[in-house]
Amino acid sequence: MTTQKNPMVETTSISEPDAAGLETRDMMLNIGPAHPAMHGIIRIIAKLEGEQIEKADVEIGYLHRGFEKMSETVDYNGVIPYTDRLNYVSPLINNMGYCMAVEKLLGISVPERCHYVRVIMSEISRVSDHLTCVGATAMELGAFTVFLYMIKAREYLWELVEKVTGARLTITYCRVGGVKADLPEGFAEACAEAFKETRTVLDESDALLTRNRIFADRMNDTGGISSKDAIAYGITGPFLRATGADYDVRKDCPYAVYDQIPFEVPVGTRGDNMDRYLVRMAEMEQSMRIVETALEQMPGGPVLVNPETGRPIPAAEMVDLAKMGNIDAISGGCAVAGPTLEGSGRVYHPLIATDEKRAFLPPKEDAYGNIEGLMQQFKLVMHGHGVRPPDGEAYFPVEGANGELGFYVISDGAGNAYRVRVRPPCFAIMSALSTLLEGDMIADMIPTFGSVNMIGGELDR
Amino acid sequence: MDNASLLESVDARFPDVTLSSHTYRGDATLVLRPESLVQVARFLKEDAALQMNLLVDVTAVDYSAFGKAPARAFFSSSGVAVRPSAQIPDVDPWPGPPSEARYAVVYHFYSTSHKHRLRLVVPVQEDTPEVDSLTSLWPGANWLEREVWDMFGIRFIGHPDLRRILMYEEFEGHALRKDYPVNKRQPLIGPQN
Repeated sequence: MTTQKNPMVETTSISEPDAAGLETRDMMLNIGPAHPAMHGIIRIIAKLEGEQIEKADVEIGYLHRGFEKMSETVDYNGVIPYTDRLNYVSPLINNMGYCMAVEKLLGISVPERCHYVRVIMSEISRVSDHLTCVGATAMELGAFTVFLYMIKAREYLWELVEKVTGARLTITYCRVGGVKADLPEGFAEACAEAFKETRTVLDESDALLTRNRIFADRMNDTGGISSKDAIAYGITGPFLRATGADYDVRKDCPYAVYDQIPFEVPVGTRGDNMDRYLVRMAEMEQSMRIVETALEQMPGGPVLVNPETGRPIPAAEMVDLAKMGNIDAISGGCAVAGPTLEGSGRVYHPLIATDEKRAFLPPKEDAYGNIEGLMQQFKLVMHGHGVRPPDGEAYFPVEGANGELGFYVISDGAGNAYRVRVRPPCFAIMSALSTLLEGDMIADMIPTFGSVNMIGGELDR
Repeated sequence: MDNASLLESVDARFPDVTLSSHTYRGDATLVLRPESLVQVARFLKEDAALQMNLLVDVTAVDYSAFGKAPARAFFSSSGVAVRPSAQIPDVDPWPGPPSEARYAVVYHFYSTSHKHRLRLVVPVQEDTPEVDSLTSLWPGANWLEREVWDMFGIRFIGHPDLRRILMYEEFEGHALRKDYPVNKRQPLIGPQN
């Protein structure tokens, strides 16, 4: 083991008396790991001169759970619940990034409708992520009302998420080769309703914050970084776009169906806290626009048989007809299943899953409802079976709420990944945090740290 | 610039440093001699036609257990590998682990102006796990390299502050090495195993 010494610890010194004969002393201030003004477990050791931060050392790792190590021990679909816990404010984007990386490795593609469903869900997540970030920053600067408003709006969005995925936070919605289930009935209307509420909240928050003297004075010209420095630190996402660089994975390396949906990439000019706030506010509107366009453009596709309108035939009768080879009599019909098979009439999933049955974990309705689904499930989840990508490696970036979220997956042909690496977007921003803080006042740490939007789950993995 | 000309332009400038190169699933990859890493990285960053200004990621892979997963004795015949569908172009087959060396440090670069990506792979020997640091070119490499040191025990020569980042300093070993048991515990307080 090597001995490690924190270079910050021994730097406290008493400086020479200045011109007025006053002796000044540097002060070491330890902030965190559990500090009420910081959301997330992180320790900042700051060397202060008066109220100014002269030097800062950032210590992370308090939430390290060994995500990458654990990913090597479970099968490919087993990693998805772990990805929920990376960025727990927008887990759908993590799900999507990981699944698309594995799909790239497998070399399979998913139906267009599945792409649309994933895009819709990840944009809803992006809005909820930005709401949380802006709301929390505002709260820490004293604007508690805005926080409550924004959490209220997030609640509407999470209700949507709950409708689709059945869960609010740890949603595990994507599957390798598809998603768990199609969008529910009436989703578009519910979405329009939730967005109406969210837009009201955004307008209210905008009125409360943007020209608010207290808020603006603390956000303007604090925590600034130039676009060249930001790129040198590997910063991406809204943080980079606030500096004026317009790198957005959705536009520059389009994945899924982002190239078919018109949207703008808002950019800032000065790269300070205010610009990041404005970029996030503008991005939320763009994300909602993407969802609305996607819902319009989404292909309905040939739903095999619509259980609502199809001619109902008792299941046993249908089986008899099929055995006799009387296929015509059952086409356009819809099996009336017994109560224990409820849900087996859901025939949407062919549109949301790849046709590669050796990779896609079947929907639960299939696994419990028919023998083919059960066999497919068995072949994928039993130890020694599972998704087996060929030997290879693949890196797949998606635009997470904080920036480029990349998954680098290596397979050696076994049922579990040989290596899974996440490129967490806020890691790069956190590595620049000490530079951002140096030279600013101690009180500026709060808005700067707030605008970083540190998510412990993805930072420490 | 497309992947082939990207790899070619590096090859043309540095004819002797490339151990191999391939494009698998659309990812251009270049395997380099370790000693040439910094000069190639500088070329990637500063060359006008490449301008790879964003160091996206630095990570490492321990290839010591590659392809040695325990045989699935009873069910082994039923694990069917998935064949890629015809829609995905698969020009090059994957050539396998980059070299005989145990570790490989993997760099992902991106150019914000030209919008192309490149992966650099540097093999690292087990007995001298050392690579040159890229902190002089990208300050963002600082933490990424600290993480590789923390998780794999690969030292970066020229790194200004190479200490652990995610684990605590009393931690023994490097957790992402394949010989580190997944269920091993090293708590500072509480029961040991």
